[in-house]
Amino acid sequence: MSFYNQLNLFRWEDIEKEILSRTSRDVERALSARFLDPDRFISLLSPAAEASLEDMAQRSHRLTEQRFGRVISLFAPLYLSNECTNSCVYCGFNLKNPVERLTLTVKQAEAEASFLHALGFRHVLLVSGEAPQVVTVEYLSQALKKLRPWFSSISIELYPLPTEKYQTLIAQGVDGLVVYQETYNEQRYREVHPAGSKSNFRWRLDTPERGGMAGFRRIGIGALLGLSNWRVEGFFLALHARYLLRNFWKSHITLSFPRLRPAAGGYEPPYPVSDIHLVQLIIALRLFLPDAGVILSTREAPYLRDHLIPIGITSMSAGSRTEPGGYAHDIRAEAQFEIADHRSPKAVAEIIKKKGYEPVWKDWDAAFLQ
Amino acid sequence: MDDPLIIAGRSFSSRLLMGTGKFSSTAIMQKALAASGAEVVTVALRRVELDNPEDDLLGAIDTSRYLLLPNTSGARDAQEAVRLARLARAAGCEPWVKLEVTPDPHYLLPDPVETLKAAEILVKDGFVVLPYIQADPILAKRLEDIGTATVMPLGSPIGSKQGINTRESIKIIIEMANIPVVVDAGLGAPSHAAEAMEMGADAVLVNTAIAVAADPVSMARAFKKGVEAGREAYLAGISAPQKAAEASSPLTGFLRQP
Repeated sequence: MSFYNQLNLFRWEDIEKEILSRTSRDVERALSARFLDPDRFISLLSPAAEASLEDMAQRSHRLTEQRFGRVISLFAPLYLSNECTNSCVYCGFNLKNPVERLTLTVKQAEAEASFLHALGFRHVLLVSGEAPQVVTVEYLSQALKKLRPWFSSISIELYPLPTEKYQTLIAQGVDGLVVYQETYNEQRYREVHPAGSKSNFRWRLDTPERGGMAGFRRIGIGALLGLSNWRVEGFFLALHARYLLRNFWKSHITLSFPRLRPAAGGYEPPYPVSDIHLVQLIIALRLFLPDAGVILSTREAPYLRDHLIPIGITSMSAGSRTEPGGYAHDIRAEAQFEIADHRSPKAVAEIIKKKGYEPVWKDWDAAFLQ
Repeated sequence: MDDPLIIAGRSFSSRLLMGTGKFSSTAIMQKALAASGAEVVTVALRRVELDNPEDDLLGAIDTSRYLLLPNTSGARDAQEAVRLARLARAAGCEPWVKLEVTPDPHYLLPDPVETLKAAEILVKDGFVVLPYIQADPILAKRLEDIGTATVMPLGSPIGSKQGINTRESIKIIIEMANIPVVVDAGLGAPSHAAEAMEMGADAVLVNTAIAVAADPVSMARAFKKGVEAGREAYLAGISAPQKAAEASSPLTGFLRQP
């Protein structure tokens, strides 16, 4: 069993053609249907759907409100390491980039955690590059021992691991797994991930499934917008989410679609995504997957983040630092990318309240697991 | 009219229970709570910092006025639900628990097997257990047998606001129950709440419909009235069986002839 089998039932070019061919009547039909199947969903990704954006946004707003309430969850990324054995052409951590590398000691990680805790965070995402020699399961186990007391929920966005290692991490208190396929276009994937373990498309694609089999409560997937046509990415991301929902029904699926940002190496994305298209993607996905969480990071500018709050997102990071040690230490390690929203968590919480939403710092409890 | 709701020997004058999730702010939740007239309030333990005496959510509910009913939402199996309930009790909450065991985070439908398991453990452990269940009449009786204080069958999935899709099963549950039946989940409008009460339900629990209404405070008030209207109609005999006309007995009248 693998999503790869489903993925290969479609040709990228055919889906692209299909999406572009949809008319406003198709969009109307999709919006008046009781259920959105993939075929109707395709209409919502089309250029023709842009004219119905406001209507779609209203539905997305109501649906999100019903399923999730008037709340936005807050979390912080905690970068453990920027060492990396991959050469992803778009990333600041690309092994070819001559930048400052650092892997935090457990003590340093704890200092970062304490800093984040003081800011109010109770949900954290541990991040690293592909560094299996330094970010080992033993290192993670030691770090988790120290980090767990600070947070109600710990998710990981590291490098793809086998199922057994995920089981070990879950037993040590990790409840969420995040891994982006970056692009579902296999050819483009090969071009931008030329070397290292990440060059293996299938291994990465199967990662959320290994996570599901290991038993993560929450599985986060995503696409890095800018690498390929966002409309087709959106289609495959949605299919991937639906596949995971059906096969790992006990796990909560979340979606993320970061847009490529300036980073060391200076990669120019071939398919940059405009604000209006990002909004269309978020709304279409919300309508197709009413229960999926939608995450918005600090890659996006303040004004856009603020306007997206009532449109369908459910979780935001704030005050992020994407360099290891960036919160509590005076360290000059390289950041993964430049963030665009530099506002403090407190300021972001205020904006959320102003928009009529409650910022939620804690929505989980370690007691569930132990 | 003296018509109290009695749960585990405790008397309540309101038959509307309210959930505190999904509100845009604690302040609005408090105002809506006051407007609803509810006396029993549920709180998701996953949201609460139990070891922090100044926690926003818990601190916002005046426990001298309201009975705080912690719920185990997020629990995927009996073990997790039991853990959470015990945690709440250890933190000083009264040993009442709204048992929610929902392994499916999408529709949040309750797992009957794990709910039964957890209920048994918690009842033996001295808790007053109010279990959230699918509208399954057999499960309702089995829970009553092991000693839960109520059963809480869903009207439709949490947050869906579809009303009482499960009405035929709920009618059976009400007919067979010796403990209070609280219709919980999916109530989208005061008319749904009234319908539940007219059917003979002892109470209803409402959360999403109030929390995400354009005006939660007014909606809370409307639900209060809906529950009262439905209950009064029920007591006035709206559900009383039609008395068969005694005048004519076309089939058996001949037996009465001398």
